[in-house]
Amino acid sequence: MTATQTLYRIGFYFAVVLIVFVAVFPFYYAILTSFKTGTAIFEVDYWPKTFDLTNYDKVLTQATFPRNLLNSLFVATTTVALSLFLAVTASYALARVRFRGRGLLLITILAVSMFPQIAVLAGLFELIRFLGLFNTPFALILSYTIFTLPFTVWLLTTFMRDLPVEIEEAAIVDGATPWVIITKVFLPLLWPALVTTGLLAFIGAWNEYLFALTFTSSETTRTVPVALPLLTAP
Amino acid sequence: MTEIASAAVPKGPAARELSLQQQRVRAAFWFLVPMLVALVVAAAWPLLRTIYFSMTNTTLSSLYEGQWIGFDNYLSWRTLSSGRTIYRGTLVDPAWWNAVWNTVRFAAISVTLETVLGLLVALVLNAEFRGRGLVRAAILIPWAIPTIVSAKMWSWMLNDQFGIINDMMLRIGAIEQKIAWTASDATSMYAVLLVDVWKTTPFMALLCLAGLQMIPRDIYEAARIDGVHPLKVFFRITLPLIRPALMVAVIFRSLDALRIFDLVYVLTPNSRATKTMSVISRENLIDFDKFAYGSAQSTLLFAIIAVIVAAYIWLGKVNLTGESRS
Repeated sequence: MTATQTLYRIGFYFAVVLIVFVAVFPFYYAILTSFKTGTAIFEVDYWPKTFDLTNYDKVLTQATFPRNLLNSLFVATTTVALSLFLAVTASYALARVRFRGRGLLLITILAVSMFPQIAVLAGLFELIRFLGLFNTPFALILSYTIFTLPFTVWLLTTFMRDLPVEIEEAAIVDGATPWVIITKVFLPLLWPALVTTGLLAFIGAWNEYLFALTFTSSETTRTVPVALPLLTAP
Repeated sequence: MTEIASAAVPKGPAARELSLQQQRVRAAFWFLVPMLVALVVAAAWPLLRTIYFSMTNTTLSSLYEGQWIGFDNYLSWRTLSSGRTIYRGTLVDPAWWNAVWNTVRFAAISVTLETVLGLLVALVLNAEFRGRGLVRAAILIPWAIPTIVSAKMWSWMLNDQFGIINDMMLRIGAIEQKIAWTASDATSMYAVLLVDVWKTTPFMALLCLAGLQMIPRDIYEAARIDGVHPLKVFFRITLPLIRPALMVAVIFRSLDALRIFDLVYVLTPNSRATKTMSVISRENLIDFDKFAYGSAQSTLLFAIIAVIVAAYIWLGKVNLTGESRS
């Protein structure tokens, strides 16, 4: 190994270490701080000195935080279930059936997913007030559909397009209706895609902030992202 | 639309196939209806109402008593008896243009940095080395953490008195005194950019990595045998080959950056230097009881993004339906 090669390898591993350090350090520091209590929190430490679970105990027993966690869980799960249910049949139609205006429909769905959410905020606010859903989890489930549904339809359409056409033809020859094709033939093949899509949609719904901030107003209905900044007092 | 034409002209034995096709189209229609209804309720109708509100003088407390005032929320003028003309509306509001400028600046800088850094990280992770899987998992941490959590984590790290960033920079002598990164107007944009780049570079890196791994290895082999300089290999082989994937990532990131709300709202609340279009619209809509005015601003943001998306789809000639085009 020549000197240049050694130098190159050192530089390379330095880059790897730097990347990992930058990615992980803030998370490490947050965990380290979470174990501190009292005035220790105001001291800058690079290594863990104390290990105290008081903060975890406090947040899980005293505040409404467990309730917020449950809210987030409920909202995200319901949103994902609803989107997947609507998207599976829709994506079958979009991926497998040829009809007039299919391309336009796909472009429209993609465009909806690129919407700035603020653009529908005023209209949604009115709708949610009108339906009497304000300050309930259902307001969030309704509004989250705007980004989870186009996204799930789009991904599932891509997956479904790649399924071999022979399977479907065999089912048609056997007299299967489109509904049977979806539920009995495609769904078992689509499980991995459903899990991936559902997981990504879940993360999106779990992390959402703007709608949750606007459509909930009391401690017990807030989701985690809204409750979190109010919890800490820096 | 050629496919429709060919399907609609049955010839002899194809007649049975047509009925099957018709049956399938009918089923497709009923499959699409629930999804379309959901999208109309959650997206189209609220969007239309927002645009409608932007042309009224509706307030938050009386949602149904607004009156039609045309484009006055956008721009209106009145000539006084002295001959002076007074302009009013969002389009002459310095706060709005400040927000536009902040958003555009944020989008341009953050997307550029994320693309360049993401590409660099992807190049490093594309090389073979021990523990590569672990490193790839580690760089996903920033992306997996909710935006609000990373905003709070960083706002603690960037704290003027007790923040570790100030401590680090003091130790290595990069700064003379502690800086209020998120609070001061001079630095708050840097803070937002820093956190956004930290959070989103992994996403870009993964997309670049996916593009890099599609490049056949023998091209590099050939370049190595010919003795081409690595830099030239990068600019002449790697970059042109991953350009399509990179362009898609850049456009999606730009649209995301143009509508940024949560990071700015939580990391630098009430800072004039970072207030984006989404933040100022929401403030007017909900906090300042200027519901119609905020609607006008969010409609403008929608229009800007719609124009960019339309231009992209039109110029890029993106093949969206997965069918071969003639």
